[in-house]
Amino acid sequence: MSDDSPQAIRAEALESILIEKGLLTAEAVDDVITRYSERVGPMNGARLVARAWVDSRFKKRLLTDATAIVESFGFEGGQVEKLVVVENTDKVHNAVVCTLCSCYPWAVLGLPPKWYKDPAYRSRIVMEPRLLLAEMGVVLESDVEIQVWDSSAEIRYMVLPMQPPGTRHLNEEQLAELVTRDSMIGVEILRQPG
Amino acid sequence: MVLQGLTAPPMANGEVVFDAPWQSRVFGMARTLSEQGLFTWDEFREQLILQIETCTDDGEYQYFTHFLNALTTLLEEKQLFSNDELVVLSEQFAARPHDHDH
Repeated sequence: MSDDSPQAIRAEALESILIEKGLLTAEAVDDVITRYSERVGPMNGARLVARAWVDSRFKKRLLTDATAIVESFGFEGGQVEKLVVVENTDKVHNAVVCTLCSCYPWAVLGLPPKWYKDPAYRSRIVMEPRLLLAEMGVVLESDVEIQVWDSSAEIRYMVLPMQPPGTRHLNEEQLAELVTRDSMIGVEILRQPG
Repeated sequence: MVLQGLTAPPMANGEVVFDAPWQSRVFGMARTLSEQGLFTWDEFREQLILQIETCTDDGEYQYFTHFLNALTTLLEEKQLFSNDELVVLSEQFAARPHDHDH
């Protein structure tokens, strides 16, 4: 199956030129795509969240110095800018955006979903967060405060979602399985499994 | 309780990140070249912001088109390749018969 759109052709031609110049190989590009879509992925963030749920001391460290924690986990994925983790509670719901471009905590969440880069998300999460979150499935009580965190080149944010009810008996590994990417951006609330 | 009234989230983790394969190739190229030290990711991001900010196209927002433009502009700035070369080869590729297999 081929894609003959002008951009697809331009991208193919660019790759062909760069390969010919010895600047990259198709295999290296494949590896990067695989790494970001599978291995880096949101599982790294999910591991942090699950650990925080079962270990209150870890959680405290995660909320005060997430950058150091990420470094100690040795996640691959190149850049680890300063990472700040913000905690969802019964009273505060956090959501993450990048209003300027698409800054995103790659190291813990992998590739950003395409809606994250959408101008509609980027403006509406600031202008009308409660309405947008409700449209995305996060219906919040009126007494829950919403905090929107604008990522930048210097600081990336990740949400520590609330542990879903009925999961106290699960171990860390099982809990990590429940944590979704969207919950760590703050546009999903984790529900009781099953 | 926050969870009350919650409907099923329409956005699952398995959402497709790229709309087309070329977008993943462009992403993969930029990351590979950056990891190989040809430019820093900060340099790329600055160029990407520039592309997005200077875009005057009112049409559909095309993040990966900006991404591709940022990459070619940066590579040309670094004198690693020439956009003329890209134009020529793109024309050649566009002239291929449509049933080509690659």
